[in-house]
Formats: sequence, structure tokens, C-alpha cells
Amino acid sequence: MPKDGGIGAPTRRREDVRFLTGTGQYCDDMNMFGQTAAVFARSTVANGVIKSIDTSAAEAMPGVLAVFTGEDFVEVGGNPAGWLINSRDGTPMHEPKRPVLAHGKVRHVGDAYAAVIAETIEQAKDAVEAIEADIEELPAIVNMKDALAADHFVHDEIGTNQCFDWGWIEDNRAATDAAIKGAHHVTTLELVNNRLVPNAMEPRCSMAQYNRANDEYVLHTTSQNPHLTRLLISAFVLGIPENKLTVIAPDVGGGFGSKIYHYGEEALVLAAAKKIGRPVKWTADRTEAFLTDAHGRDHVTKIELALDKDGNFLAFRTETMANVGAYLSNFSTATPTFLHGTLMAGNYTVPNVYVNVKAVFTNTAPVDAYRGAGRPEATFSLERVIDKAAREIGMDPIELRRKNFIKPDQYPFASAAGLEYDSGNYDALMDQMEKVADMAGFEARRKASEKKGKLRGFGVNAYIEACGIAPSNLVGVLGSRVGLYDAATVRVNATGNLSVMVGAHSHGQGHETAFPQVVAEMLGIDPQSIDIVHGDTSKIPFGMGTYGSRSLAVCGSAVVRATEKIINKAKKIAAHMLEASDGDIELKDGVFSVAGTDKSVTFGEVALKAYIPHEFPLEDIEPGLEETAFYDPANFTYPSGAYCCEVEVDPDTGKVTVESMTAVDDFGNVINPMIVTGQVHGGLGQGIGQALLENTTYDENGQLLSASYMDYVMPRADDLPFYTVDHSQGNACTHNPLGVKGCGEAGAIGSPPTVVNAVIDALQSGGKNVTHIDMPMTPHRVWSAMQNA
Amino acid sequence: MTKVTMTINGKSVSGEVEGRTLLSSFLREDLHLTGTHIGCDTSQCGACVVHVDGKPVKSCTMFAAEADGADVATIEGQANADGSLNVIQAAFQEHHGLQCGFCTPGMVMSAAALLKDNPKPSEAEVREYLEGNICRCTGYHNIVKAIMAASGQDVSAIAAE
Repeated sequence: MPKDGGIGAPTRRREDVRFLTGTGQYCDDMNMFGQTAAVFARSTVANGVIKSIDTSAAEAMPGVLAVFTGEDFVEVGGNPAGWLINSRDGTPMHEPKRPVLAHGKVRHVGDAYAAVIAETIEQAKDAVEAIEADIEELPAIVNMKDALAADHFVHDEIGTNQCFDWGWIEDNRAATDAAIKGAHHVTTLELVNNRLVPNAMEPRCSMAQYNRANDEYVLHTTSQNPHLTRLLISAFVLGIPENKLTVIAPDVGGGFGSKIYHYGEEALVLAAAKKIGRPVKWTADRTEAFLTDAHGRDHVTKIELALDKDGNFLAFRTETMANVGAYLSNFSTATPTFLHGTLMAGNYTVPNVYVNVKAVFTNTAPVDAYRGAGRPEATFSLERVIDKAAREIGMDPIELRRKNFIKPDQYPFASAAGLEYDSGNYDALMDQMEKVADMAGFEARRKASEKKGKLRGFGVNAYIEACGIAPSNLVGVLGSRVGLYDAATVRVNATGNLSVMVGAHSHGQGHETAFPQVVAEMLGIDPQSIDIVHGDTSKIPFGMGTYGSRSLAVCGSAVVRATEKIINKAKKIAAHMLEASDGDIELKDGVFSVAGTDKSVTFGEVALKAYIPHEFPLEDIEPGLEETAFYDPANFTYPSGAYCCEVEVDPDTGKVTVESMTAVDDFGNVINPMIVTGQVHGGLGQGIGQALLENTTYDENGQLLSASYMDYVMPRADDLPFYTVDHSQGNACTHNPLGVKGCGEAGAIGSPPTVVNAVIDALQSGGKNVTHIDMPMTPHRVWSAMQNA
Repeated sequence: MTKVTMTINGKSVSGEVEGRTLLSSFLREDLHLTGTHIGCDTSQCGACVVHVDGKPVKSCTMFAAEADGADVATIEGQANADGSLNVIQAAFQEHHGLQCGFCTPGMVMSAAALLKDNPKPSEAEVREYLEGNICRCTGYHNIVKAIMAASGQDVSAIAAE
């Protein structure tokens, strides 16, 4: 291993220094010469017809440079859905146009229908107030069940509020129905996966420049995915040629999914910058973030589990309504389908799985992928119904899971929900969890809690997820309109240091530290001589960004492939320098040597030779040392885990506190265990937040009641415990060169059902026959459940 | 417009501000001290915490004019004189107490204020003190650990790499 850390070292993060000293450069920290400000006029009603918009008063206001309405974007394209989903009857999903600015109708509170560009943000805000919009309010469509029965529509032109009615796998439906009908026991559970707001701490910000001299645009924007943003703007929305548009995502303050997507504000500032010939900047305030960032989850589900008399799983059958909000966000149709339905066999050998998902338009903000994206919803449904079944048939919940686990000798395993799992050992994860969580001591801890007048519960969960998104061939068949490979260029500079351009974007994941560990390990050089370049489409070959726990598994694999090419070429150069055959050249600790001799050249000497190619065999080797690789994965990666937690419930108030949370994950090989552990911590915080605190609430008029941190309960330091995180039980991924799986979402996938299972266990221990409480399990909900039990 | 003069990170600074100009805006827009971040509109998130006359203040809740004559400390002035990270900053790096970095300046400034008043806080005291600082990335584990480590306490028993 290189001296400052290669693969497996808990290397401290180099990016921390700028963040800790206030010298990070987030979008809103940047200002351009001649910059102007954009402010949006947003709908205050959830559903309304735009009768007229009079901008004349606003245009006459001091400092106002331009006013835009939906009328200005009628001729340009809409922001498209990235996945085509077909309904059970074979018809394609409904895809209403999502315009840059609302035109004809506004469809959710916060839907932008106009924008003002002014010299200062204060002037722009004042001018927005002077826009006279006559918007006739219509009854709002908020609740999904009502939406499916309604005779008025979010999008009149499609004549239904159902986007699609999807079956997975439709051919398995009859067998699943039959298995349930003939089963010894069927457990049924109806549950809500509560709607969440991702709440990256940095609000979205977009700043556009236009250069008239060469007709080029530069967009700085808060993105997890700058190349996709460029592609969407170029190919679908504004038609700016890709080679005339640079998209830069600088330091980005968290994403969690919400910054994967292209948003209308990005297109607006680009169009405005061209029109007025000056840079235009827009920064969301927190209320705008709540109103317009893509939300997450929002499923209403009925799940049934059929068992035989010995507790063997026979079938899972799921019916889900998934809210997509008022418009289709870029990945919103993939999230409740192929990122959810395909995981509905869990870690189990169950032979029959059938999932039906109805996606529903409502007058609410768009809903899309949020940390975990479909997989938390799958895990929640499965692991809650399994727990309920265990209680109903009188079997220990861990024993029931173990009985049905896929065993280590069964890989590769074709799940009943259509995926091929490559590796895992769920019993080993459960063994480790029982050990590190000191399960043996639980009864004593329960007694101690009871002595204090509290109920103590133990909850468990086993999850599997599919990440490292995704094999293009497979997702193409499933409806994806993009490929999900990634790319990297490794540039060895003449003086021996390296710039590695990667398509993944780091907004907290530590790529600037972890990716150099991989390259340093392969080349045997100091990682400090390697820098990562990310987030700038003009510097990077291509990329599909960071989400779906894909950065290392997909982009990291591209880095490996590009570095392998570097090694191959460097060996040729070294062979020439050493007058040997390149087959005899060995690379070790940054030195190329001729096997069995003491002849050698250093990596730095080879780099210099590549750029000063005197006496160079030009017929065999080009000058320079720079290689690019695109990597398309052969399969998803399949992290899995066993989680448990202990809660205390105050029987007088219903207040739940998480006393301990243990996460034992199989992430395959681990490059930087410190970063991996931190990723799990963050997911656990968000998962516990979902279980106990967070909820997005619209009233019957479609007004967002939880639109600030005064109303939406973010987890704070005193809501959460220290966690126990263990990834000692890794089974290497079999199909990528690093053997890595993906750790970014696991904590948020595994923790919500764990917490709910623990609360139910606590209440049952107190003699309360409560079998389910919907999230968030607020004191009011828990107390009410106890009163009704 | 009102003229204000204050000391920021040890240097005397003057500027013309409107009555409504927030201290956070004055720092970011007029003085280009963009390490102080704006994460919400309701003084909840704490990304904008600075010290005014030694006390932690959410700079989005204070007018620049109110800080006239004050001694203000921001994240940009926290490093040691030689540019190396101070004890708290170094502990955040050592214990991976940050990910995206956006809440980090406020966290560091709050931590500094806590340790000034309470040099050896317990875990519960740290968690309670951070009630006004929201982090979405870390689940707080490593932030709490870093602050306890910065106070000189042995945190080796607290799990993680």
C-alpha cells in the first residue's frame, strides 16, 4: 500500500481543509461581473387556470431587465422523463409536458409561472410582487385514492390522473395469486411510506453566462449530474448544442437525489442570460426548496405474505399507489417500478412475487428518487410484513428470516422478482449483528428500562438493495432512455503527477480522497500526487453523475480501466527506455523494472519520457500518457445487511427514543472504511428521521403545511444516538474490478423498518396489541395507538 | 445607507449598509466572506453561525447595523496563525465530522462557542448544544465525536474507523 494510503486505508479527506476553513466554493459563493438576479413568481394555489398575466407594471419597475412567462417557452421542449414505463395492458405511460414555466395551468403550489430578471435581487423581488396574474383556482387533487376516482385531472389533456398501472412480473401474477390462495397462513399489512423532502443543506442555485462572440453558454448549477443536465437542456429543452454549453457543478452542499434532476430554473437563467447579455443568477430560499425540490417516497401499499405451516415463504403480493406529483421528474417513473418492484423478493428464496404499482398525478411537487429511491420502500414493506407474520405464527423474527434466507452456496441467485444476485451471506451478517449489538444482553436492558417506567423494544431487519446503477443493456430493456455507464480519463502530466477526470460528482462522498487511493494503489505512487477533477463538462469526457450508490462501483471501475491502460502504455515506454521486452516489465511501488534484473526506471521518469519523446519509437508508441475508459457494469451490485435497534417508549407520552442502532453491512471490498462508515451514519440519521420525525404534509387544498424548518422536523443531534457500524462481513462483488458494492444509501434503506419493528416490540412487551404504526411515529401516533390497543 | 465599522477576524472593516441588510449578507456579499452559509430563512439551520463579541450568533438574525463596533469572528479566521487547522477543525477532519461541508462552518463556530463555556462537555451536552445546527449528511455521530475529541476527551470507545 502507498505510504499515505491505498485501498483499504481510512485516509483523512483532503477536501475537508477547504470546507473547514470557509474556502469551499459553492454556487451561491460565486459572483460574475455584470451579474443580475432572477426571482420567480410561483403559484399560491395547487391547481388553477392561468387566465392572464400582466407583466407591464413589473417591467416598469426600477432595475428590471426582463420578465418571462410561460408564453416565452411555448416553442421550446419540455423536461422529459428518463424512463418509459408500460402499463400492464401494454400501453405506454402518460407523459404530460413539463414546461420551463407553467403555461395555461399551474399544477402545484410553488409552480413557477413567471420570472423577473433585475439588477438586484431586491428589485427582482419587488417586481415579482407587481406581476398581475389572474389565476382561477380549481379544486386541488391531493390524495392519491381520490385522484384515481376523480373526474377532473391534473393534466386535462390525458384525461386520467393515473400515469401508469404497472405489473411486475405480470407473468407471475397467477402463480402468486394461487400461492396466496392455497397458503397455510397469509399475513396482510397496509402501510404508508411517508413523503419526505430531501433537504440538502445547500439550497439549489443556478447561474448562467452567455458569450455572444462564440454563442457559448456556461451554467454553474447545484447538480449531482452535470452531464445529464447538459444533455437534457441540449437534446430536449432549449436545443443549445452540447458543444456550446458547459455545465459546472462546483462544491455542492448535499443532494440525496434532489440534485440529480434538471429543473426549469436552469433553463430559465440560460435563456435570460442570452436575452439580456449578462450573467443571471438564481438562488432558492428554503421555502422554495420545500416547494419545488423533488420530494421522496409517498407510497401507499398493501402487502401480503403467504407462508406454509413451517414458516417457509410462499409468496409476496404487493399493491402500491405511488405519488409522482404534478409533473414527471427525470427518474420519477423508475423509482416506484424498477428500483422497487425488482427488490420485492428481498433476501429470501420465496418462489412467487408479484407487484402492482399505480403511479398517480396529484397537485403536489414532483416526487422522485430520494436516498435509496424505491429500495427503502421495498425493504420497508417486506421487513414490516415479515415481522408481523413472525408475531402471528409465533416464531422468532430472526429465526423466520434465517429460515428463508438465500444461502451462500446458492449464488448467483435468480430472485423471484427478476434480478440475479451475485454474492452475499445473510446468515453471517445476522450472526455479526447479534454479536456486536450484544443481543444476549437485551433482556437485562429491557428490565432496566422497565424499572425506569419505559417500554423497551428490539427491532431487526435484513435488507438487500440493487445499486451501482446500472447495466445499460438491462435498463434499456426496462425502459431507461439513457445508458448508465460512467467514464474517466487518467492524465499523467509530464512531471509525474496525475489529473483524473471522473464523471461521478462528489457532494459529500469524499471522491477527491477515495479515488486517488485506488489509482495510487494500482500505480504504487503517493496519492497526494493525484488530483480528481469532477463536475465540469468541459474537462471531463462524459459522466452519468452520482446517485444510486454508483460512484465507486461504476465510475471507480472506469478509473481502474483507464489506469490499466496507463500501466500498459507506461510499460511499453519503460521497456523502450530499458531496452527490454514490455512483457518483461514489472510495476511495483512506482518503479518499472525488468524482471530478474536490477534495471529499472521510476514512474516519474516514464512520465517525463512520454512528453519529451526523444529517441522515441513513434511507430509503436504515441507521445503523451493519457487514457480514457468508459465502464458499463455487467449487473447491479447487491449490498445487503442486518440491522437492529433498541428503542425506549414512554408509555405516558408515546415519545420514542432510539437507544442504539446497529448496522452490519456487506459492501464487498471497502476502499476507505472511514468514508464508508460516515455514509452509513448519514443514512441512519435520515432513516431514523423518516421513522420518527419527518413528514411532508399537504392540506386538502394542496397547501404545503410543512414548508420550513419550523414545520418539517429535521433530525437534530439530540434526536439521534451513536451508531454501531460494521462492514467486516464483505463478500466481494463478482463483476466489477474493485469488488465493491455501494454504501451510500444502505443506512436509509435498512433503518426505517428496524425502528418501527422495535417500537411495535416495545408496545407488545407492555401488553399493547399494536401491530402497526405509520411513520413518522410521533408521540401522538404512538400514544394514540396505545390507547386504542 | 448607514456606515458600519466592525472588527472581523482581527481586522477593522467598514461598509455602507441598508437598515435591512443582514449581517450574513454583509459578510457574504460586501466582504466576500462566503464561508458563512445561508441554509434556511427561519434561523433554524445554523449554517450562518458566527461569533459577535465572543458569543455565537446566527448571522441571518442580526442586522449588519447592529454589529457596528462589534468584534466578529467567522470561519475564515479560525485556523491557526500559520494556516494550519485549529484544534476543532483538525478534530473534524480526523473524525470525519463533515461530508458536503455546507453546515460545517456553523458547526465549527458553534463547537468553539460550546467549548469556551464548557471545556469538557458530555455527549448529551454536545447534542443539546447543537440543537440549532442542522446537518443532513453525517447523522451527527462524527460531529459529536469530533467535538468531544477537540475538548481533549478520549473518544476511542466511540465506534468508527
